[in-house]
Amino acid sequence: MDVRNLTISTIREGLAAKRFSATELTQDALSFAAAENPKTNAFLAFSPERALAAAGRVDDKLARGEDPGALAGVPVSVKDVIVTKGLTTTCGSKILETFIPPYDATAVERLEAAGGIILGKANCDEFAMGSSNENSAYGPVRNPVALDRVPGGSSGGPAATVAQGTSVVALGSDTGGSIRQPASFCGVVGVTPTYGRVSRYGLVAFASSLDHIGPFARNVEDAATLLQTIAGRDAMDSTSAFAPVPDYGPAMRKDVKGFRIGLPKEYFAGLANETRDQIEKGIDLLRQSGCETVEISLPHTEYAIACYYIVCTAEASANLARYDGVRYTMRSAQAKTLSEMYKLTRGEGFGAEVKRRIMLGTYVLSAGYYDAYYLKAQRVRALIARDFSRAFEQVDALIAPVSPFPAFRLGEKLDDPLEMYLSDIYTITGSLAGIPCMSVPCGTTGAGLPVGVQILARHFDEPGMFRLAAAFERSGGFQV
Amino acid sequence: MSSSAPTLATPEMIARYETVIGLEVHCQLATSTKIFCNCPIEFGSAPNTNVCPVCLGMPGALPVLSRHAVELAIQASLALNCQVRGASIFARKNYFYPDLPKGYQISQYDRPLSEHGWLDVVADGTPKRIGITRVHMEDDAGKSTHDGYRDSDDYTYVDLNRTGAPLIEIVSEPVMRSSEEAFQYLTEMKQILQYVGVSACDMEKGQLRCDANVSVRPRGQQELGTKAELKNLNSFRFVKQAIDYEVARQVALIESGEKIRQETRLYNVDLGETFAMRSKEQAHDYRYFPEPDLLPLKISDEWLSGVRAAMPELPTAKRKRFVEEFGLSEYDAQVLTQTRAMAEFYETVAGASGNPKLAAGWTSVELMSLLKADGKEIDQSPVPAVRLAELVSLIARGELTGKIAKDVLPKMYKTGDSAQAIVEREGLKAISDTGALEKIADEVIANNPKQVEQYRGGKTSVLAFFVGQLMKATRGQADPPTASEILKRKLG
Repeated sequence: MDVRNLTISTIREGLAAKRFSATELTQDALSFAAAENPKTNAFLAFSPERALAAAGRVDDKLARGEDPGALAGVPVSVKDVIVTKGLTTTCGSKILETFIPPYDATAVERLEAAGGIILGKANCDEFAMGSSNENSAYGPVRNPVALDRVPGGSSGGPAATVAQGTSVVALGSDTGGSIRQPASFCGVVGVTPTYGRVSRYGLVAFASSLDHIGPFARNVEDAATLLQTIAGRDAMDSTSAFAPVPDYGPAMRKDVKGFRIGLPKEYFAGLANETRDQIEKGIDLLRQSGCETVEISLPHTEYAIACYYIVCTAEASANLARYDGVRYTMRSAQAKTLSEMYKLTRGEGFGAEVKRRIMLGTYVLSAGYYDAYYLKAQRVRALIARDFSRAFEQVDALIAPVSPFPAFRLGEKLDDPLEMYLSDIYTITGSLAGIPCMSVPCGTTGAGLPVGVQILARHFDEPGMFRLAAAFERSGGFQV
Repeated sequence: MSSSAPTLATPEMIARYETVIGLEVHCQLATSTKIFCNCPIEFGSAPNTNVCPVCLGMPGALPVLSRHAVELAIQASLALNCQVRGASIFARKNYFYPDLPKGYQISQYDRPLSEHGWLDVVADGTPKRIGITRVHMEDDAGKSTHDGYRDSDDYTYVDLNRTGAPLIEIVSEPVMRSSEEAFQYLTEMKQILQYVGVSACDMEKGQLRCDANVSVRPRGQQELGTKAELKNLNSFRFVKQAIDYEVARQVALIESGEKIRQETRLYNVDLGETFAMRSKEQAHDYRYFPEPDLLPLKISDEWLSGVRAAMPELPTAKRKRFVEEFGLSEYDAQVLTQTRAMAEFYETVAGASGNPKLAAGWTSVELMSLLKADGKEIDQSPVPAVRLAELVSLIARGELTGKIAKDVLPKMYKTGDSAQAIVEREGLKAISDTGALEKIADEVIANNPKQVEQYRGGKTSVLAFFVGQLMKATRGQADPPTASEILKRKLG
């Protein structure tokens, strides 16, 4: 069977009609992924035993006539910053080369409880820091659409597996755009849910107040189904929300007549021409579907990058302190003293971008600088969030580009971190505000590179976001 | 570490200076589980057995605040007269140490649990109110063992069982002026914390730890001197000794024209000296910032009043009540409220015997001296409170004389029998039959004609002799006032 074209619903039908068993599907998916993976390096490791055991459970349930779950038999890749019991979880870092977690992330537990099949762990930028997946200690991921180009980052691996067809859906993580930007570069759907919607328990922390787990899929419905499965309160994460998780299905079947869409003018200034053209075509299509569009302003947008790189590096500097050579990390063989153990282990174990961010974060929290940097950044963050709340008084959702440009070539921005940071300029604001946002495919450039359009919605209005995304998909927006 | 022989100031020099002391007390809350996970807190478990991904600081694990820990911390705050904030914030305190698995401690910084409290103490006969700046919550680190292992020259062993134990840190104002005040402050604080049940405060298990900030300044000077922080003082006696040493050291330095360095110092118990651990230049920059994994701790008025209502009576209130309700002397009330166990024991004896005043002496003097000789605490007493109450009521009803009761109690202590059983077995019941007593009185008078003559000649003090004889003849079973009555009548 051709696993590349499967969706959650075609798998459900196939299993129900006994066209294939979950075990057969899993075997096919594993061998296809193993054969295809060398092209992209999207998977870091496969977990055939775990996958086949999960498939066996699905088949058993089907044989007994039980509900096998919403994700029954669905091949999934999981970003390697999400812990999996008994499966090495490296975070794309040398320092965790041999780390085998003793527990599963809550999202992983829920995914498997719903019958999902984890094929393996997907590559990413080290500790989710990067926008091109070139910061992985285990080599870059290549974009399946154009192999000389990056898949985006930091969730380049999961995005690439979905685009390549080596998984049907994937779990990624987003801190400042790490799901949406690779989704747009690879031409798939990527969702950053509301902060607190999905438990972070088991997501290796980069910047705790910005980290989200979210789905990748090849269509809106699959993304919504995966989110539906993993969302909801988790007692293990104090920041997870108590708000009930609505059924996203009905919203996705509604039309969007009279839906009010805001176009933030600050987001259309520095776009590459072809990207702008595609986004405008997409917006036209939405108008034809009955949406009203209004230009709005998010005046504090220009401070977002500075604010983000203060907050996220500050939190990262503390979150990454635990990799000290004492317990589960690698330990430098050269170290003779405690201080050498710390310095050499971290010196050898972390890559350049991670070190850069730890140093930045340590600096902005230092005595005498805290008020000027961290505290001020938190105030700016509140202003950015207020910009959004004001906008949502006027409109139901916002439409914006995901990235100023399509996938760039490997190595193209590697020597210029500032240029690289600008890749996230349109995604960072939503992360800072904690609102749900997603990237949906919006055609390609002349060279065939995917462009993604971003939908941003009110806190916990995933139904509204999916409604607009599904309508866009139905209107042919994916192919404009 | 300085090894040069320190010069200490003379008492005359020290007298020209004022000592300024502020104390930081760390107290482990008496929860059965850790502050941010459900691992048990057990002293003496095999190393690294009471651990989970959360307290091990595993990648991806997250803290969840224990409600019980918060409630105990609130009770401690209220007992120390602090105002509890409606919202307090946890913060990360960043530093590297092998027994700190997350690389940061989760503490509270600019918005602590409670503030503006006080504690009343009496030092050198003078009452004084010591201000408490704040009480905040935090998680404990693990334990590093640097020696005692075969390969201790090359390795340090780390035990993370204690990691995540719930602590409160109680910070005083720098208002103590002598090591004795510091000692009394700590003693009083320990008593209160134990009383409320917030902590067992067992210093040997590290449940109560103290750091002292000490500086001196010439008397009359407003500006504070440079302070030294004395760390890891693991008994109140050492706190006192270390402060006294430190004051003498600092005064000597100033007197010889030198400057005090702001530094952290440790107390060497064997030498009785403090020595420098690290200077301010080497001091940590903890880079505090709000803990993003925890929401602000919000304490509603309802929660606060519920916690307040569940609190036991504090020693001061109890002392006052014992004086007013039971008519005890201040001294007795003080002794009987020393510990919560003692007060509860006493109240049972007082209530069950119906004679609180008599119960006071029998608890605080008679029973306590037996316990003391036996090395036992009141809650380990072989004579339960109800049994002691029975003895007290026998005395109160005149069925047993105080003198005999003093022999009965040790027997109760030893055998576990009731007073009634011992009295009956040994025929010790007081002779309340006046007919029998009159007969014995007649015998005593008849046997001592010389003393009868003396008495009748006006030397009435001889009456004591007759009472003594009568008591002897009855083996102490006579009630002395009754005996005295009868004798007086017969002799007169």
